[in-house]
Amino acid sequence: MSSKDSYYIPSKATWPAVGTVGLVILLAGFANHLNGSSIGNPMMIMGFVIFIIMLAGWFSLQAFESESGMYNHQVGISYRLGMMWFIFSEIMFFAVFFGSLWYTRNLSVPWLGGEGTGAATKELLWPAFEATWPTNGPAHVGGEFEPMGAWGLPFLNTLILLSSGVTCTWAHHGLLANNRDQLIKGLIATVTLGVLFVMFQASEYHEAYTEMGLTLGSGIYGSTFFMLTGFHGLHVCIGAIFLMVVLFRSWKGHFKPENHFAFEAAAWYWHFVDVVWLGLFVFVYIM
Amino acid sequence: MSAVVAEHDEHEHHDHGPMKGWLRWIITTNHKDIGTLYLVFSLAMFFVGGAMAMVIRAELFEPGMQFVEPQFFNSMTTMHALVMVFGAVMPAFVGLANWMIPLMIGAPDMALPRMNNMSFWLLVAGVLLLASTLFMEGGAPAGGWTLYPPLVLQTGKALPFAIFSVHLLGVSSIMGAINIIATIFNMRAPAMTLMKMPLFVWTWLITAFLLIAIMPVFAGAVTMLLTDRFFNTSFFDAAGGGDPVLYQHIFWFFGHPEVYVMILPTFGVASTIIPVFARKPLFGYSSMVYATASIAFLSFIVWAHHMFTVGMPIAGELYFMYATMLIAIPTGVKVFNWTATMWKGAMTFETPMLFSISFVVLFTLGGFTGLMMSIAPVDFQYHDTYFIVAHFHYTLVPASIFILMAAGYYWLPKWTGNMYNEKIGQLHFWLSVISVNILFFPQHFLGLAGMPRRIPDYAIQFADWNMISSIGGFIFGLSQLLFLYIVIDTIRGGTGEKVTDEVWEEASKHGLEWTLPSPPPYHTFTTPPVIVPSEHH
Repeated sequence: MSSKDSYYIPSKATWPAVGTVGLVILLAGFANHLNGSSIGNPMMIMGFVIFIIMLAGWFSLQAFESESGMYNHQVGISYRLGMMWFIFSEIMFFAVFFGSLWYTRNLSVPWLGGEGTGAATKELLWPAFEATWPTNGPAHVGGEFEPMGAWGLPFLNTLILLSSGVTCTWAHHGLLANNRDQLIKGLIATVTLGVLFVMFQASEYHEAYTEMGLTLGSGIYGSTFFMLTGFHGLHVCIGAIFLMVVLFRSWKGHFKPENHFAFEAAAWYWHFVDVVWLGLFVFVYIM
Repeated sequence: MSAVVAEHDEHEHHDHGPMKGWLRWIITTNHKDIGTLYLVFSLAMFFVGGAMAMVIRAELFEPGMQFVEPQFFNSMTTMHALVMVFGAVMPAFVGLANWMIPLMIGAPDMALPRMNNMSFWLLVAGVLLLASTLFMEGGAPAGGWTLYPPLVLQTGKALPFAIFSVHLLGVSSIMGAINIIATIFNMRAPAMTLMKMPLFVWTWLITAFLLIAIMPVFAGAVTMLLTDRFFNTSFFDAAGGGDPVLYQHIFWFFGHPEVYVMILPTFGVASTIIPVFARKPLFGYSSMVYATASIAFLSFIVWAHHMFTVGMPIAGELYFMYATMLIAIPTGVKVFNWTATMWKGAMTFETPMLFSISFVVLFTLGGFTGLMMSIAPVDFQYHDTYFIVAHFHYTLVPASIFILMAAGYYWLPKWTGNMYNEKIGQLHFWLSVISVNILFFPQHFLGLAGMPRRIPDYAIQFADWNMISSIGGFIFGLSQLLFLYIVIDTIRGGTGEKVTDEVWEEASKHGLEWTLPSPPPYHTFTTPPVIVPSEHH
């Protein structure tokens, strides 16, 4: 039976159990840390290290198996389906925070200001509150702050992420045309732009905390701003690391024009991160 | 359903059978092993969650405080729900999916076997993290399984553990769902077209979409709880411009599809079992598929019917009321189809069929009380009373749980190669079906009379029905030990009668799994089976 006709079934897997142990130690450590227990931090570090070892081990195994031609076309489709639906779950995760922003801006803050059936609420609870956006609520939680403008660093970051989408596609064209030089250059450019984005984002956060009085605790504006941009920034980091792994593998000569799932997955993920940013730029920064 | 001719050449693939020793169960990637792990784990959690229910019913046996502190009582209602939903019912259906979907569609295994292993172990990790909160300062979460702020933010040291447990359970569910979708889309045997798939496979495909769409939503909601408590955010705090009602909207955007995650695979199993014992093909196969999809779609646009009393604008009340009523239409299609399947069938009443028939009847009853509560102005009286407790227990216990029992009796002979003891099975059924009604039916009366849920004590006029309900509860709880006995007994040889490949008369007309030996070898369908379409389709 040729490998094309038979199914591929791995016999056993040790990395999932290792990853579970790492993840549970990491989270239990974080919970202990939040509860003010001193064993929290060492547990978090230990769990994180185990988790990273798992990722490295599992990815190496997959890369090795892929390069030794163990995956047939059908396995490739399974992986693509898996990645596609994983990204869909991520979209739903971001939808929660976008939805919360929409709900507070369009419904709950106006109600708090007396709109619609909220007249009694306003009179009884906070008669002085005027519904505006941005707001940190009737109790001015977190004190005075200055909202983040759209046309400075955020606009630059928009251009950076959009260009990184272009360089990523350029790298893909290189891979498809068997042009390894273009593939590697494109990936280096994409990763560099990603890192640049994160650095600008960090400096924006620094400015918000030190000069603008804008923190995670600045009422609902601060909460939605930092949650949305923060989770996005985290995803940019994950995507950039993913691309770095792909870059490293490209250097080692991995991937063929007809077989490069890891590259495709990383590129899909990068474009997803890109699109989320466009949503952020419009709904968080501009509007 | 399609008639089936399977060509299995098991002799070619003996290179990796099951490993020796306990390590096999930790690092296995075999869908049958992982299915077994899921099923055993969920059965264990069924008894853990059941023990918590016994504590609740013991405390409510009489008015006044008898056995436990109010705080612990509230922990019990909260943990009972979380353990039963995330530890028992959902994993049991994932276990069935793991075991049966590859066998039903002629696949050698799940599409992503390593991730399959991880999704099981993350489930165990999540439940352990949740269970550990029982022993923490301040006790386990006690604000109800919905974890509403601001109440839940008063939880002691348990809060971050409960939240991370939800994250782990969510990741586990998403991985499981992705795997099921990839398996169904990519691993079907040639000629097993989508509209030839058994309904269990169809309902799971749709359920998997629900899971991928909602688990991240729940994760986001509890993440906001975490930051509200520990990182000074104001998502659910009106003083900072947030809104506690926002949490309820997000939670129920997750929560309503979530209850269908537990009922859609139930429909699938019922649609699989009833035709076999009615000896007729399923009535209205394609309408069943479309009804399932419609229910899934509707589940996303009806969530605020859980919040009629929260103070929504009247337009919201009306919209969610009418949208909710629409669900009765596809659900009615299903109930009529099951009934029509049995109509003039040559029916026999083995234990799986008994459980399935009582599911059709009692689930319909639970559905009707749901319809009552969909009427917004009337719901103001039912809200947070024992009426809602009776309603959702009717849709979960004599529906999901009964169908899980039916699935156990139906497929145990296939899994083990041994026949279960039919007499004890029937005894288990009759004890269960009578006691479940003694347990939950009086709760309708209690709710209509105004008894609130999640309270350890109650006014004297509720005493009689509570005592009857508790007696029913104890009988129901004890009866389930019979099921445990039967499972263990069947694994160890059962009646001693070796079952055939088909097990049930002409079952092979109804599903690919009955063409395999009982028990099936460790690896099945290593080459795709040939499927001959039957005239029914």
